[in-house]
Amino acid sequence: MEDLTTNILLAGVGGQGVILASDIMSEVFMGAGYDVKKSEVHGMAMRGGIVTSHFRFGKKVYSPLIKEGEVDILFAFEQLEGLRWLNHLRPQGKVIINDHKINPPIVNLGEMEYPRDIPEIVRSRFKDFYLVKGTEIALQIGDVRAANVVLLGAISKFFEVAESLWLETILKHLPPKVHELNQKAFAAGREQISRS
Amino acid sequence: MKKIMSGNEAIARGAYEAGVRVAAAYPGTPSTEIMENISREYKDIYAEWSPNEKVALEVVAGASMAGARAMASMKHVGLNVAADPFMTLSYVGVNGGLVLITCDDPELYSSQNEQDNRNYAKFAKVPMFEPSDSQEAKDFTKLAFEVSEEFDTPVMVRSVTRISHAKGIVELGEPVVPPVSVEIRKQTEKFTMLPSFARIRHRVMEERLLKLKDFAEQFSGNQMEINDPTVGIITAGISYQYAKEVFPDYSYLKLGMVWPLPKRLIGEFFRKVKKVYVIEELDPFLEENIRAMGFRPKGGKDRFPICGELNPLIVEKGVLGKRFKAPQPVFTGSVPPRPPNLCPGCPHRGVFAVLKKLKVYTAGDIGCYTLGGYPPLSVIHSNVCMGSSIGAVHGMAKALGEKGRGKIVGVIGDSTFLHAGVHPLMNVCYNKSYATIIILDNRTTGMTGSQEHPGTGYTIRGEKTHKIDFIELGRALGIENPRRVNPWNLEETEKVVREEIEKEEPSLIVSEGPCMLLRRAFKKLNKPLRVDETLCVGCKTCVNLGCPAISYQPVEGEMAFTAEGKKRKGIARIDPTLCPGCHLCYQVCKFGAIQSGEERPIFGFETV
Repeated sequence: MEDLTTNILLAGVGGQGVILASDIMSEVFMGAGYDVKKSEVHGMAMRGGIVTSHFRFGKKVYSPLIKEGEVDILFAFEQLEGLRWLNHLRPQGKVIINDHKINPPIVNLGEMEYPRDIPEIVRSRFKDFYLVKGTEIALQIGDVRAANVVLLGAISKFFEVAESLWLETILKHLPPKVHELNQKAFAAGREQISRS
Repeated sequence: MKKIMSGNEAIARGAYEAGVRVAAAYPGTPSTEIMENISREYKDIYAEWSPNEKVALEVVAGASMAGARAMASMKHVGLNVAADPFMTLSYVGVNGGLVLITCDDPELYSSQNEQDNRNYAKFAKVPMFEPSDSQEAKDFTKLAFEVSEEFDTPVMVRSVTRISHAKGIVELGEPVVPPVSVEIRKQTEKFTMLPSFARIRHRVMEERLLKLKDFAEQFSGNQMEINDPTVGIITAGISYQYAKEVFPDYSYLKLGMVWPLPKRLIGEFFRKVKKVYVIEELDPFLEENIRAMGFRPKGGKDRFPICGELNPLIVEKGVLGKRFKAPQPVFTGSVPPRPPNLCPGCPHRGVFAVLKKLKVYTAGDIGCYTLGGYPPLSVIHSNVCMGSSIGAVHGMAKALGEKGRGKIVGVIGDSTFLHAGVHPLMNVCYNKSYATIIILDNRTTGMTGSQEHPGTGYTIRGEKTHKIDFIELGRALGIENPRRVNPWNLEETEKVVREEIEKEEPSLIVSEGPCMLLRRAFKKLNKPLRVDETLCVGCKTCVNLGCPAISYQPVEGEMAFTAEGKKRKGIARIDPTLCPGCHLCYQVCKFGAIQSGEERPIFGFETV
């Protein structure tokens, strides 16, 4: 096992399943034999506000917070939330963003514009960039709530952890009636990365 | 067995492994999940939501007097409410172990202040443990019960948001059988704080503190790690993890017990390392006490901020000073903020729309509805602590006299009212002011994630129980004619508020609209509403309700005109996936551009 700790910053909007996704990732990497820590904020911040989860795994992890500038993978469930945390990445960091937009209130009120061309802004700064159609695929499969599982499928491609461990852990968190749908969602997420 | 646990889950587990029999709490971020976990996972423990923290602490004190191990958990400001019993419980001590968990909220993620409750340990002269991760959260909680019984004292365990809501791997243990038997014990001199007995107990408490200092010197959770002796860091709790992360090779004195402090151990550390930094979040609590012992650290609060939480970057910057190199931003453009918001369909929105129209001064309280202070609603004008709205309105009314009549109201949630609003409303009636108080009864403790309270009719474990009737309670307190409103019906709500604020006598209005996240309260939701794009003039009246389902979109070309040829700059849109069909927007549109999805418009919902 490498001595280095891997830092993943998950970001999204309250209700998108960011925290469930980071819970699943913690269990997967603990199952794979790593020390894990994660940290997020509950309460007021969740009412449609910004949600982030710092997830770290390695041989021995101290801080539950990732130091600014040391994020290895920015894993964003929404475009604007990807942009918001861009400065937390390492120069050679990896960016995975769900190709989905949720307007913040100030944009709904017509007082600010939703930034255009977020994928271009990211791509011009980080070569290792993946735009994943998480929400779109989940809708096609039949349940928008499976978007986080599509995204987990996508990120799972970057680690040497058994696919079966990912799937087992995901399904453990979900009721049996949605297992088949989420298996499809996971596979479709992996497919997104294989193709790009 | 190993398990990933949050600090809060680990504290609950620690209580279980310690053989706790009674646990009580009032919900409050970041402490809420401790009691939720006890209630869900450990059925052998009697668990309750008490109406407030003072009651919770008194309940567990009673259990301790009977010999049971008992635990109260609360957020930092909750201890202000429980401070009265707490300060004297330190005199009387315990029979069964008594542990108080305080969860502080540096950075104010969901709080009204960021007070540092380590000060309470010193103030009340009780020992305090401070875990630095989930494993210690469990271990220290368990240990706290043993220390409580051994030294006959309440014991505090302090967590912070980044301990309570961070997760790590925890090694689970088995529950123990507590050594103290549970029975009635009549120990008048120990537990009845008449002045003559209390004078004796004060001396007992001071002697106990001396013994606890000796304990602190030996305690294995106060760990000295001598690595590179040029720099030594004295730290505790989460700050240890941040410092260890950025400076793994420095020497450390990590304090697992932050009160009382081990003077000899601290002296030894100062002798073993060249220069010492004290790294701690919020107040210079360790630093001041270490300086008072005569030691001279090289740096403390001159390098690390008092305000806000620390993180690895801030710690690195504080230690390195001028040698610190900040990471270079790769993107400097503006990113629209995304503050938290009232949910689509939230019952508070209707009341706020009316208060905004009436241009009244609104004293707010603690809960989701404080979010009404943000634009575009911007209707909350003050908010200090639980229950403060009612006293504020009464005091303002007394100060303003006739000048203020019809212009001030207070809003308070159902759970908050039962926590700290009953006495202030009693005062309004007793001391006769024209205050108008609106209870926003959404049938749950909303902000902390839907917990039961004495007004919901259910206990923490979902058993049916007595349900307080706010109208009857209002009458009992002295309100002559308490009123009910449907907050989703704007005309009705406006009429009732107008009538009540003009009155000379106290008024109570109960807004009856369940929280949209409390699904059990709704028979069904309505069909989403729709904007008729041929009619919308883009006036933004609906947009200014601040509903996340409604957005304003600029239009150009052909779209820049209504069907009647009126020029417009934009139109409103309703996201059908977010709209639960509350029909507030339908009621505020003067152009008939918002259309109901139902056969006939429904103002609000069919509730159970």
